[in-house]
Amino acid sequence: MISIIKSIWTVLKHTFSKPVTVQYPEEKPYLAPRYRGRIILSRDPDGGERCVACYLCAVACPVDCISLQATEDENGRRYPDFFRINFSRCIFCGLCEEACPTYAIQLTPDFEMGEYDRQELVYEKEDLLISGEGKYPGYHYYKVAGLKIGGKDKGEAENEDPPVDIHSLLP
Amino acid sequence: MIIVEYTIFSAIAVLLGASTLAAANIWLERRMLGLWQDRYGPNRVGPFGIFQVVADIIKIFTKEDWIPPFADKPVFIMAPSIIIFTVLMSFMVVPVAPGIGVVDMNIGLLFFLAMSSMGAYSLVLAAWSSNNKYALLGGMRGASQMISYEVFLGLSLLGIVVMTGSFNLREIVEAQQGMWNVIPQFLGFIVFLVAGVAESHRLPLDIPEAESELIAGFHSEYSGMKFGMFFVGEYMGITLISAMITTLFFGGWLGPFLPPVIWFLLKTLIFVMFFILLRASLPRPRYDQLLAYGWKVMLPLALLNLVVTGGILLAVQ
Repeated sequence: MISIIKSIWTVLKHTFSKPVTVQYPEEKPYLAPRYRGRIILSRDPDGGERCVACYLCAVACPVDCISLQATEDENGRRYPDFFRINFSRCIFCGLCEEACPTYAIQLTPDFEMGEYDRQELVYEKEDLLISGEGKYPGYHYYKVAGLKIGGKDKGEAENEDPPVDIHSLLP
Repeated sequence: MIIVEYTIFSAIAVLLGASTLAAANIWLERRMLGLWQDRYGPNRVGPFGIFQVVADIIKIFTKEDWIPPFADKPVFIMAPSIIIFTVLMSFMVVPVAPGIGVVDMNIGLLFFLAMSSMGAYSLVLAAWSSNNKYALLGGMRGASQMISYEVFLGLSLLGIVVMTGSFNLREIVEAQQGMWNVIPQFLGFIVFLVAGVAESHRLPLDIPEAESELIAGFHSEYSGMKFGMFFVGEYMGITLISAMITTLFFGGWLGPFLPPVIWFLLKTLIFVMFFILLRASLPRPRYDQLLAYGWKVMLPLALLNLVVTGGILLAVQ
């Protein structure tokens, strides 16, 4: 009986506490930088695409909403011919971002992607690509990878020693 | 002729007043629940969200009103109207202010009790005609709860009847000129309050509905305006019980400075708010707990109250 009156009193005291509601359209909520919202494709510091079309994101995606096709340019750099994310399927789990070896695919704190036409939710590569580097500035995959591409030979990457001449190791 | 016209006019006024209050109650409840749960409640449609009710009414009128093929059709249609009918009939005897009110019955209190008992039919018939397991469970619970609490609802008021010597609600109000009944009849007030919550099957004693266990219980199968009628009936029931508490225990329209109607509405509003506060704060008891509480605690309390009141009155005379 006392506990009933106590709980009524406790609730009554809430008359004077401020509501915790964020009045959304007028008042935007703070979203952490790592919030899992709209997916983007970032660029490297030189403005090239970071994506090397390795398909790891498409494999990691639990709802199969990513589809892409790899191709190579004249320098031997891999890039996606097309890159398509179907946001009407996407569950914003972030597994594609975790799987990406080149920091290309990233999730952003933007969630306002409502559309009247379902087809509009399919984002092509030009919709996904942003002009900046996203959450990992300064990272350039082809400059740190040991892969030989046009204009960069073996051993010319950052923090990479020149290849060992095995004949010099002969006794 | 003038008297007949006046009666018709006040009947229409009470009818409109009761249904408007029921609609306002829906808005008030949602706002107050929001306030007590640290959120806002509906605040988009119109000033303070007051037109949310209008939007809801438009919605509920235009919704599909579906009757399940397995239901007992005539009873299914009749059941929601019974609750509205009984509650509105009870409003007939509510003495709003001197000269305001539909009828002045010398058995007004008995009429109110009789009509609120009739409300149980609405639940049971709705549950039975729905032909649905959950609805039937809800209807059985509702029947036993309302029949049990009906006993104390009546018994708790007998103290007042003994003190006033009348079943006439206006005479009961006028007998409270010196002191409100809540002071000598405090025990009766507590029993009536709990029984009133159970009688209007409001949270925390909404055992027949119990969304979390019975999927809305007796009105599981109802949709559209038939569901809306149960809803409106419930909210009018709250207003009715609050008005009766005001009339019987808190001196009805009596009060200084303000006009009687304002006093009556103000007191009623406070009790409506209290009903909402109960909903915001208390969890639902188990079905057997509710009945055990009723028969083992409320019945002895109500009888004790009656015996003590009668004994003191005899001793004084």
